[in-house]
Amino acid sequence: MSTAAVHSLWTTAADPISRIQAPKIEYGQLSPTLIVIGAALVGVLIEAFVPRASRYYAQVFVSVVALAAAFAAVVALAADGYGTTKAHIAAMGAIAVDGPSLFLQGTILLAGLLGVFTFAERRLDPAAHGNRVDSFAAQAASVPGSESEKAAMKAGFTTTEAFPLLLFAVGGMLVFPSANDLLTLFVALEVFSLPLYLLCALARRKRLMSQEAAVKYFLLGAFASAFTLFGIAMLYGYAGSVSYARIAQVVEGTVTNVDPALANTMGNDVLLLIGAAMIAMGLLFKVAAVPFHMWTPDVYQGAPTPVTGFMAAATKVAAFGALLRLLYVVLPGLRWDWRPVMWAVAIVTMLGGAIVAITQTDIKRMLAYSSIAHAGFILAGVIATTRDGVSSVLFYLAAYSFVTIGAFAVVTLVRDAGGEATHLSKWAGLGRRSPLVAAVFAVFLLAFAGIPLTSGFAGKFAVFKAAAEGGATPLVVIGVISSAIAAFFYVRVIVLMFFSEPRPEGPTVAVPSPLTMTAIGVGVAVTLALGVAPQYFLDLASQAGVFVR
Amino acid sequence: MSFPLLTATAALPAVGAIATAAVPAARRTAAKWLALVVSLATLVLAAVIGFRFEPGGARYQFTESHAWIRDFGVRYELGVDGIAVALVALTALLIPFVILAGWHDADPLETGSRRWRPTQGFFALILAVEAMVIISFEAMDVFVFYIFFEAMLIPMYFLIGGFGDRAHEHGEEAASTQRSYAAVKFLLYNLVGGLIMLAAVIGLYVQAGTFSLPEIVQARANGSLHMATGTERWLFLGFFFAFAVKAPLWPLHTWLPNAMGEATAPVAVLITAVVDKVGTFAMLRFCLQLFPEASKWATPVILVLALISIVYGALLAVGQRDIKRLVAYASISHFGFIILGIFAMTSQGQSGATLYMVNHGISTAALMLVAGFLISRRGSRLIADYGGVQKVAPVLAGTFLIGSLATLSLPGLAPFVSEFLVLVGTFVRHPAIGIIATFGIVLAALYTLVLYQRTMTGPVKPQVAEMPDLRVRELLVVAPLIVLLIFLGVYPKPVADIVNPAVKQTMSDVHQTDPKPEVEAVK
Repeated sequence: MSTAAVHSLWTTAADPISRIQAPKIEYGQLSPTLIVIGAALVGVLIEAFVPRASRYYAQVFVSVVALAAAFAAVVALAADGYGTTKAHIAAMGAIAVDGPSLFLQGTILLAGLLGVFTFAERRLDPAAHGNRVDSFAAQAASVPGSESEKAAMKAGFTTTEAFPLLLFAVGGMLVFPSANDLLTLFVALEVFSLPLYLLCALARRKRLMSQEAAVKYFLLGAFASAFTLFGIAMLYGYAGSVSYARIAQVVEGTVTNVDPALANTMGNDVLLLIGAAMIAMGLLFKVAAVPFHMWTPDVYQGAPTPVTGFMAAATKVAAFGALLRLLYVVLPGLRWDWRPVMWAVAIVTMLGGAIVAITQTDIKRMLAYSSIAHAGFILAGVIATTRDGVSSVLFYLAAYSFVTIGAFAVVTLVRDAGGEATHLSKWAGLGRRSPLVAAVFAVFLLAFAGIPLTSGFAGKFAVFKAAAEGGATPLVVIGVISSAIAAFFYVRVIVLMFFSEPRPEGPTVAVPSPLTMTAIGVGVAVTLALGVAPQYFLDLASQAGVFVR
Repeated sequence: MSFPLLTATAALPAVGAIATAAVPAARRTAAKWLALVVSLATLVLAAVIGFRFEPGGARYQFTESHAWIRDFGVRYELGVDGIAVALVALTALLIPFVILAGWHDADPLETGSRRWRPTQGFFALILAVEAMVIISFEAMDVFVFYIFFEAMLIPMYFLIGGFGDRAHEHGEEAASTQRSYAAVKFLLYNLVGGLIMLAAVIGLYVQAGTFSLPEIVQARANGSLHMATGTERWLFLGFFFAFAVKAPLWPLHTWLPNAMGEATAPVAVLITAVVDKVGTFAMLRFCLQLFPEASKWATPVILVLALISIVYGALLAVGQRDIKRLVAYASISHFGFIILGIFAMTSQGQSGATLYMVNHGISTAALMLVAGFLISRRGSRLIADYGGVQKVAPVLAGTFLIGSLATLSLPGLAPFVSEFLVLVGTFVRHPAIGIIATFGIVLAALYTLVLYQRTMTGPVKPQVAEMPDLRVRELLVVAPLIVLLIFLGVYPKPVADIVNPAVKQTMSDVHQTDPKPEVEAVK
């Protein structure tokens, strides 16, 4: 398996066909992705051929089975040693099968599974015309408020396409952190972004807001993708290859043979710096780091809440995985150039997210800004550029995604006549009415705030420790200060829930089906388990902390 | 392996908290009794520790050590020296009284669903605080200490914000707003302190590579762990800041009057007599032992701040119109004495400070709980609303007087011994500071006696005329505390014997010896 295989594929296209070798694909090692994408295709066929009445059950069944099977495949691969000793680059240099890949894939699959559970919830909204409905629009194509929308609702339509869309998104996310060349990275980026844009537009209530969010997300996302693509072109011009390994070699100066076709550009540092910056921009957009975060609050607020939860958790995991691989595998030689920039980004992200969150009055927007602040904390771990840094980021991502999905799942439960009651003032006195729901949400908020004995503290401690050991003490101090600022608004919600008098016309807490209960229950269990006894998962993350090159 | 006595002492209330919280909504009384029994059983365990502790034996006894989070270098390491034994005993001793005094404080109001269970929550939270406080006294691993030091804020926060006095001069709405303000202020102050300490904890690990207190102390003593002067000072400040917020030391004290004023009397006792002691205890155990050089470097400033606390707290106590806030400011003054004793760097000072922690816990509990009984009868915290109570409720007035006299350190009551030791310990090294601190005692006499005079003597106010005297339950709370105050005032030897060897050890860690007064005299 030569690392230059892809390179030769791209540069020798003009040669006779006989010289192109048949690609050698390790299907077994790619099975998690293949299972999920395959199931997504099956989901599309279900939409086409299965009667409307049974589509929902078929889709839920296929999605759950596929995600569980893919997770089993990840576990089997990891048990086989592909995360550690047998880590290598598969599929002609396109995909890395190594510790970080498998760890992040496992996290994404579990997040996806819990996401399916919240997507499939049909007990929260009151039944419309005798049909149970979920969080998605009756018919996405019908104009909000039109006759056709009413007809679709009356007919009991539901958008079961959400499930295959989720599977496609998960498929792309699985490839994203394990992509080992820039083109695979870009394809994966588009494969998971496009379904997310669509999912954001599918809310059943407040459809205009949802569609606006989707358009905003799509436009800004398209911009970010374009930047990424431009950056990829520049890096190709610089290194004469899109392969990570090859680019890294050129950056480090160990490659001397210059491709004649690229003699004018190869080794030109301007291309390298601008190209790397542009790709990093695209990735920082996806992780919602300041100043590329503008889309986050609007999209988090407008999207159907189950989608928000899934997106907030899984996108962040996938994008940080890709960012880690880019910085650790492709650009370690450029460390002295990107570290100061990342320092600045981490600082403004931590402080910006925490400070702006204070002024929010909508629970979903508040959680959006909190997710920005968390992106900053994770960046502090990324900057460490040590093995501990990688494993602390992996651990943080796993811990964070369960808290996030659980928290957004709780948000779906608190409802009034207009759907979810997301305005903070409506949460007053929730602790009196539904002590259990309020207590569960308080646990999630405390985990976000990083209070000891929750997973949030273990994660925060891990990244700060890695950052301090990597010599980034000022970053730790700023991280600690932003944690204190962030604690203020998490605590404010707890005050509201427990110490304020309930409002007479306040929202009610819907009793969910076992699906959402499972999502929330798993969230709480993982949050507490990772807080009290994180050793096993830290071991896992630390074994998974080495990238294959 | 021997029986893990220390873990059991902390685990028992923790399990009790969960069990209490799980009692069905209708069985309120059962929850109360369960909590009381658990707290008494914890007291028995603490007593066993106290009696089996050998003052002349190993420095840390009943040690336990288990792997916990290897990646962070954290071990679950527990052990107690004499100082910790005294404070564990104090905590275990006070909690049953807190529970008994707060017996009716959390009976549910009208609002709320059938699943709303404030009573169960109240007693479960008290037990949770007890468990966390005890384990932070026992922790020998800095990380373990930090975790529980921070985590205890959460149950404490709910206790302050969730439960207040029934009657309030400005109505329930205003009371609720003020309560949540006080709770948030408490949490944010302490959380900021804790987070700054977190940075220092991480920094310490980067320097030392371990969190184990004995290992770090040993490595520092034999020179295998060298810290740059600047680093040591920054780390010291990170730790000290958190403890000074918790203790609280002027100018970081402003959360305490709010928290104690708004909380019910038993919760106020929990704050000042139990939780805040973790701050002063940690100064002794962590600041001095981990950073001896930096402690000496910071001593002048800390002594001045402690002095300001003493005088400023006492002056503000004189001016208070609210009984609970008066006790809060008096506590700030007393914490000033404790910190003064710790940083006087003499063995009398530190022994005195440790005794002071115990005695202040008992005396404040006595005064505050009686004040709470008084307030619950009249429905007002304002001193001006009372007068002539001693004619109507002589037993209440009598116990209140003894609590007041203990607060002003009357000879014969326990606080006198410790305050005297602190002043002597301070005086031999810093005579000027010792003299100024003495004014704190004078002011203490002023605010406690004026408080007594205004509330208990004089003509009987009409609203007070019908006031019933102490009930049996209330007597059960107050009488043992008063007996203890008198006993320890006359015969402090049992506590002093346990504490003194540990203080000597701490002194030698900081490379300090007591000044020799006779040499000074010859000069």
